[in-house]
Amino acid sequence: MGREGVLNWVVALALLAVPLAAHALDEPFIVTLATKVAILALAGVGLNIALGLGGMVSLGHAAFFGIGGYAMAVLAAPVQAYEPLMTWPVELPGTKSMPVIWLAATLAGGLAALAIGALSLRTSGVYFIMITLAFGQMLYYFAISWPAYGGEDGISIYVRNGFPGLNTLDPIQFCALAYGVLMAALLFSRMLARSCFGLALSGARQNPARSAALGIRPYSVKLTAFVISGAITGLAGALFADLNRFVSPAMLSWQTSGEIMVFVILGGVARLFGPVAGAALFILLEHLLGGVSDYWKLFLGLALLGIVLFARGGLIGTLAGREVAHD
Amino acid sequence: MSVMLLIEQALNGLQYGVMLFLMAAGLTLVFGVMGLINLAHGSLFMVGAFACAAVAGATGSFWLGLAASLAAAAAAGALVELTVIRRLYARDHLDQVLATFALILVFSEGTRWLFGSFPLYLDIPDALAGPVTLPGGIDYPLYRLVLIGIGLAIAGALFWLIGRTRLGIRIRAGEADREMIAALGVDISKLYTIVFALGAALAGLAGALVGALQSVQVGMGEPVLILAFVVIVIGGIGSIKGALVGAILVGLTDTLGRFLLPILFSTFMETSAATSVGAALASMLIYILMAGVLVVRPGGLYGRA
Amino acid sequence: MNAKSKLLAAVAALAMAGVAGAEPLKVGMITTLSGGGASLGIDTRDGFMLAVKQAGNPDLEVVIEDDQRKPDVAVQLADKMIQSDKVDVLTGIVWSNLAMAVVPAATAQGKFYLSTNAAPSQLAGKGCNPNYFSVSYQNDNLHEAAGAYAAKAGITRAFIMAPNYPAGQDSLAGFKRFYEGEVVGEVYTQLGQTDYAGEIAQIRASGADGVFIFLPGGMGISFVKQYADSGVGLPLIGPAFSFEQTIIQAMGDAALGVLNGANWSPDLDNAANTAFVEGFAAEYGRLPSVYASYGYDTANLLLSAMAKADVKDADAFRAALRAADFDSVRGDFAFSPSQHPVQDLYVREVVRDGDILTNRIVGTAIEDRSHAYEDACKM
Repeated sequence: MGREGVLNWVVALALLAVPLAAHALDEPFIVTLATKVAILALAGVGLNIALGLGGMVSLGHAAFFGIGGYAMAVLAAPVQAYEPLMTWPVELPGTKSMPVIWLAATLAGGLAALAIGALSLRTSGVYFIMITLAFGQMLYYFAISWPAYGGEDGISIYVRNGFPGLNTLDPIQFCALAYGVLMAALLFSRMLARSCFGLALSGARQNPARSAALGIRPYSVKLTAFVISGAITGLAGALFADLNRFVSPAMLSWQTSGEIMVFVILGGVARLFGPVAGAALFILLEHLLGGVSDYWKLFLGLALLGIVLFARGGLIGTLAGREVAHD
Repeated sequence: MSVMLLIEQALNGLQYGVMLFLMAAGLTLVFGVMGLINLAHGSLFMVGAFACAAVAGATGSFWLGLAASLAAAAAAGALVELTVIRRLYARDHLDQVLATFALILVFSEGTRWLFGSFPLYLDIPDALAGPVTLPGGIDYPLYRLVLIGIGLAIAGALFWLIGRTRLGIRIRAGEADREMIAALGVDISKLYTIVFALGAALAGLAGALVGALQSVQVGMGEPVLILAFVVIVIGGIGSIKGALVGAILVGLTDTLGRFLLPILFSTFMETSAATSVGAALASMLIYILMAGVLVVRPGGLYGRA
Repeated sequence: MNAKSKLLAAVAALAMAGVAGAEPLKVGMITTLSGGGASLGIDTRDGFMLAVKQAGNPDLEVVIEDDQRKPDVAVQLADKMIQSDKVDVLTGIVWSNLAMAVVPAATAQGKFYLSTNAAPSQLAGKGCNPNYFSVSYQNDNLHEAAGAYAAKAGITRAFIMAPNYPAGQDSLAGFKRFYEGEVVGEVYTQLGQTDYAGEIAQIRASGADGVFIFLPGGMGISFVKQYADSGVGLPLIGPAFSFEQTIIQAMGDAALGVLNGANWSPDLDNAANTAFVEGFAAEYGRLPSVYASYGYDTANLLLSAMAKADVKDADAFRAALRAADFDSVRGDFAFSPSQHPVQDLYVREVVRDGDILTNRIVGTAIEDRSHAYEDACKM
């Protein structure tokens, strides 16, 4: 196990220890913050598959994050209004069950990524950044002006959705759930990077011409990775919506895309635990600086700038040295 | 709906497009020459507007304010280039996105620190206030006609600068092969600072000109920035001609879409719903346009990719 | 005080002697202090804190946090205030979409929420709650005032316009509720739109004799400047939000003469209002806005309830709030059954007073108005 491996364990254990300690000390808000870190990190893990493994710089991942969130609201809102989800062609009830909602959010995120990716991957470089941004904005404006699901007001889900055997309203239990999902996604991400598919993807990123010569179609490999990436980010969106018991178009805004990207870059692109470290640092900065001054975003900006300019490879990269994920 | 109204709307679309061009020109220039993606370009737009409002407020002269906006935005651009941006040329787009995203935060909150949270006052100069009557009987604001003129004049000046001057030759050479022109003895870092300051000055000028029509407030640059990105992606990144065509296309699509779509929907829907649905679709129209262009021409209309 | 977004204002002064509920009360204020909409949140906070300072009650503790105008941040701040700071009362949210994110969850956890501004229809009707009070208005009120007065002001063929989002759609519905003329054009603009040349051309072509707009913040500034320059010159009417003290200076003379529906004005003639306007100007060096007046009233309502009951006894405290036994800067003030104000709605005009622009009342639009969703509230 290299330095990065040790570091990963440290990060993983810290994210477990902090909420447990906070729970013991009766500081439920710290538990909520840790839950937020885990969920945003999950969104980052999704983006990291596109960004780190596939080299696809997407500035539109808020689309999948928001779609996941809305999937949760669309399924749960009919239940609290005592109405069916749809009556035609078959009558379907809504649901408050997290596993069902997660499945729906993952599928919805994946499908959206399939549609957006299929068009966007015809381009590359800056064009790719911009077209993903444009698709994100398109959905954002759609969500604001479409009245069916609350428009800009969004939808409140008054009671958090349920998970068999757990009381999700208890902050520490919901935190454990989010942590479990994050760890599962990290494990999946690690397996993916080391699989044949991961190697093909990394080949398609580094040298598309050579991959094509080997009989690998870079387009379909990248599209598959983009779909997986969108699906994971969609799942994170559903969890985030459950954390806040609320969804709104703000989840789809380009600032959200920017922030998810910030988590990944802060922690270290293509590092397995990069998004986790990045999200934790970001939330910590936001929480600490927010108490200092009205102009705290100025200092946040300066801190981010310093990290990009002087701590290349992000937090994990700086602490663990140049050696990268495929050890 | 009369033909005259349609013509007036087309004129509005043209004017909107020309303003977008001023923003997009700087952005596309910086990208074409330095390969830099600059999310903070909208902040320079804001700097221009604030400088103009502050100086115009203090001296009472809009024209002094306009000069101040050029100077302030160019100075801010040069400063940012020297301290931050030049460390990013060799980095990938990802680092550039993050660093310039951080710059937006610094600029926005810094401006709020200096000028407070309330919007500033900036008005059209008296000489250009009010409408004039065009042939065909359209009453059209003089200031907007002047904006179209200024925008087209600047487009012409840029074509001349890039195509006919020594600086332009260097800029084009820098786009084609930066190692080679450095080897030929051109001071490449100075060239980059000049180009970045030029792009910033254009954004600042746009901010001041548009600021007279709009609200001068923190965050005013971000919506325009995204539109400017849409413009240069449609036109082809790095191409001034593409930026001009893209800007006018976006301006016309947006203005005419907002006008015509609700009318179109009201032919088969109830009025109130039609205006709402039409407006919803109109707000997505330019992004649909952009996606459409990229699907057919992945490098934009005049791009090289 | 300005530079601190989070401050614990345990104001040191003499406690009012002989008061019933002397138990400390902790109030959490979530409002927008950074980014584009900060001027509204800052005025809300400053108005609230002025009343707190004037009262000098050491049992009132205020925690203030910045929501950045983001719903998810507001929700997390509410969680923090409830879980960590253990506040009894929440207040301060400016925007309806943030209120919808925070209020239902906060009242479900047994906390009181006093609205200093946003009061969406959902919370006034079906979603009303014994722990939710709106001190400001119901969202439709100021649009209704504009609608009721428009015909009196000679606007018989109105062109009406708002951004395409729920508050915009409610606004146009609110205007039409009491408007007695004909609507000749109805347009939804994009949220955050900055160029209105297209809409102005439509106004010119519509044959209208007056224009109603609801375009809050920078959108209103942009529209009014462009409208004045276009030379269309038809009378303009709107709700107070678009012509508030925080933004009319940025519109300049273009705003002069514009009518706007309101429930408060700096020139309202009553002792409480005079004390408020003068106190605010002395403390902060500027004129207060409606947002500041709502913040000030909210704090005084809270102080009046504290003097009567202990917040730990929720029923008694709620009854004390419902009594609304305080001197409102709006004059007469009472709560309706859904716990929204019953109040007079006015129409104001933007006027120049020396160097600055301000508002002056020109007439009463509706007397003792509650709101349109009262019947849907089962409480």
